[in-house]
Amino acid sequence: MTTFASKSAGSGSDSRLQPWVEKYRPKTIDDVSSQEHTVAVLRKALASTNLPHMLFYGPPGTGKTSTILALSRQLFGPDLFRSRVLELNASDERGISVVREKIKTFARETPRHVGVSSDGKTYPCPPYKLIILDEADSMTQDAQSALRRIMETYSRITRFCLVCNYVTRIIEPLASRCSKFRFRPLDSTSSQSRIEMIANAEGVNVDSGVLELILQLADGDLRKAITYLQTAQRLHSATTPPTPVSNMSIHEISGVVPTDTIDDLLRSMGVDPESGIDQDFLKGGFEAVKNNIKGISRDGWSAGQVLEQVHDRLIPIATIGTIAKAQAALAIAECDKALCEGGDEEIQLFECCLRIHAAMAR
Amino acid sequence: MSLWVDKYRPRTLDELHYHDQLSARLRSLAASGDFPHILFYGPSGAGKKTRIMCTLRELYGPGVEKLRIDQRVFVTPSNRKLDVNVVQSNYHIELTPSDVGMYDRVVIQDILKEIAQTQQVDLNAKQRFKVVIINEADALTRDAQAALRRTMEKYMNNMRLILCAGSTSKIIAPIRSRCLLVRVAAPTDDEMSKVLHHVAKKERFHLPDPASDAIISSSSGNLRKALLVFEAMKMQRPDLSGDLDVAKPDWETYCGKVADAILSEQSAQKLLEIRGKLYELLSHCIPPTVVMKTISERLVEKVDDEVKKQIVHWTAYYELRMRVGSKKIFHLEAFVAKIMMVYKNYTLMGMMDDIDMF
Repeated sequence: MTTFASKSAGSGSDSRLQPWVEKYRPKTIDDVSSQEHTVAVLRKALASTNLPHMLFYGPPGTGKTSTILALSRQLFGPDLFRSRVLELNASDERGISVVREKIKTFARETPRHVGVSSDGKTYPCPPYKLIILDEADSMTQDAQSALRRIMETYSRITRFCLVCNYVTRIIEPLASRCSKFRFRPLDSTSSQSRIEMIANAEGVNVDSGVLELILQLADGDLRKAITYLQTAQRLHSATTPPTPVSNMSIHEISGVVPTDTIDDLLRSMGVDPESGIDQDFLKGGFEAVKNNIKGISRDGWSAGQVLEQVHDRLIPIATIGTIAKAQAALAIAECDKALCEGGDEEIQLFECCLRIHAAMAR
Repeated sequence: MSLWVDKYRPRTLDELHYHDQLSARLRSLAASGDFPHILFYGPSGAGKKTRIMCTLRELYGPGVEKLRIDQRVFVTPSNRKLDVNVVQSNYHIELTPSDVGMYDRVVIQDILKEIAQTQQVDLNAKQRFKVVIINEADALTRDAQAALRRTMEKYMNNMRLILCAGSTSKIIAPIRSRCLLVRVAAPTDDEMSKVLHHVAKKERFHLPDPASDAIISSSSGNLRKALLVFEAMKMQRPDLSGDLDVAKPDWETYCGKVADAILSEQSAQKLLEIRGKLYELLSHCIPPTVVMKTISERLVEKVDDEVKKQIVHWTAYYELRMRVGSKKIFHLEAFVAKIMMVYKNYTLMGMMDDIDMF
């Protein structure tokens, strides 16, 4: 450890300290996993060096930021990247004043023509600049509308790329100026090959089935999957001697409630996870549910997570009647809304479970 | 002389009394030199802050305990000045941005950028990065959380975040996927009694079992509360023997009285009387949610099974409305009135209206 400490104090940036998410960001758009359609369109654009304004949207961890960063690197090369690309995200001040000053000034400058890059490769270097607005859905309405005219006026020398999770939060006039690219959640084969690649490159020692579990828990979010893998690796390589990454620790890292806890809760609501509604379990009634909820909140599980898992476990049970299931689903949905609006976790979850109990007893 | 809670707060990971596995994990993370962003979550009084400080000490050594308190001034885009209290050492900085309400984004942006863009100057420091602790992370606005996202990745070289939250539900998914989630569960009853006995031993007296049982049952997993009650009890009755009555906080008894009043008579007259009591509670700064929850808990203990469900349902209903609305007392009153109605309907006619609005 001492050797490492001295080394890290001396050298500039240690690649070991880098999160793998950054380290294994795709370098070219061809490396981007899944998203064949988007990549195909962008490759065409790259060949003709003409880009439209773009709007990338899709769930977290599907490669939106990676794609645009890789694309701009391929367009401009490392030297020009700084002067030709302006990347703004939600951590930067992006009120209307910034749009008016910073973005406008940048958009206005005419790009200089530059010949050969320092690393000897030739880049297309089209005669325009790129402004990337990451997490654009957190921009205010006013700031967005201030962008409208800027986008048109300087479209000869500037291209915009908006990146966001929810396309509905982008005002219509902006969205209609861009060509939209939807990023789908990653399918399991491509994310699996990616995560296997990283595991091999980093020499991660895993038990069998761990990678599958990671992918299952990450649910199409590649960043989540990579973060899980790296965290698990940290935990296991720090022990002496290093142990292979196990299923247990992945469960612990991801914050997923153990199945036993969920099953206990289901039983208190009168549902046997295997066979459906059970009259014996229904008798526990109010007190049983109450004790279970108390236990859950004392263990610190998040109500949202519990709710999600109850839903996943309850809905597929075949023997429960349609009406009961529908009522349970309604209760869950309303509880989720209440939690989103900031309701108290314990009381909302309690109420939801009681309603499910009543639905099952009917 | 400090309170026992502070006096016997563990300072290093080895001194922690429970969650040994978690301590071992934190220790190995601190030693690996490859420390992630961490999100600690769990109920209050479970020991989140204690674990954070212990981890910091493991990272940097005793230097982190030299704290200084600064008052920093931030300026919002609309030129309003915000004063924020910041606790910091040479290696870390701790802040509670949710104190400034909707302007928390400004604080987050300023502080994080400042920390992230300056490198560690102290060459003898054990780690190259500084740590930023954000308390009450679940109370941050969405804007502020969004502001954290990219910063967390970009400045990973110079900075690590430790977030401390009651629950993960209100943390946006992009942040959760960037952090190592660490759950700190409340201690079990056995673990609590171990801690209480440990403190008693250090203070050199004997803690009889009935006393410790009484304390534990009254504090429901909140160790801080347990220790405070314990100390108060010791002050009042140094021998800790005989018929022990754990002193409940005044507001709790008061809420109990409100519950009794609701059940004793259901009339507009009584409602007016209760309204006075509710105002009294609110003016003593008891959070309205806590008031409502406590009243509902008391009520549930005293009514029939059928009514219990209704009470819980309406508690949840009005609790949410209170959260969304702005004037708390309206919703508290509405809650009381509704419960009165439900109870009266039940006692007079044995009728229940249907909860489900399907």
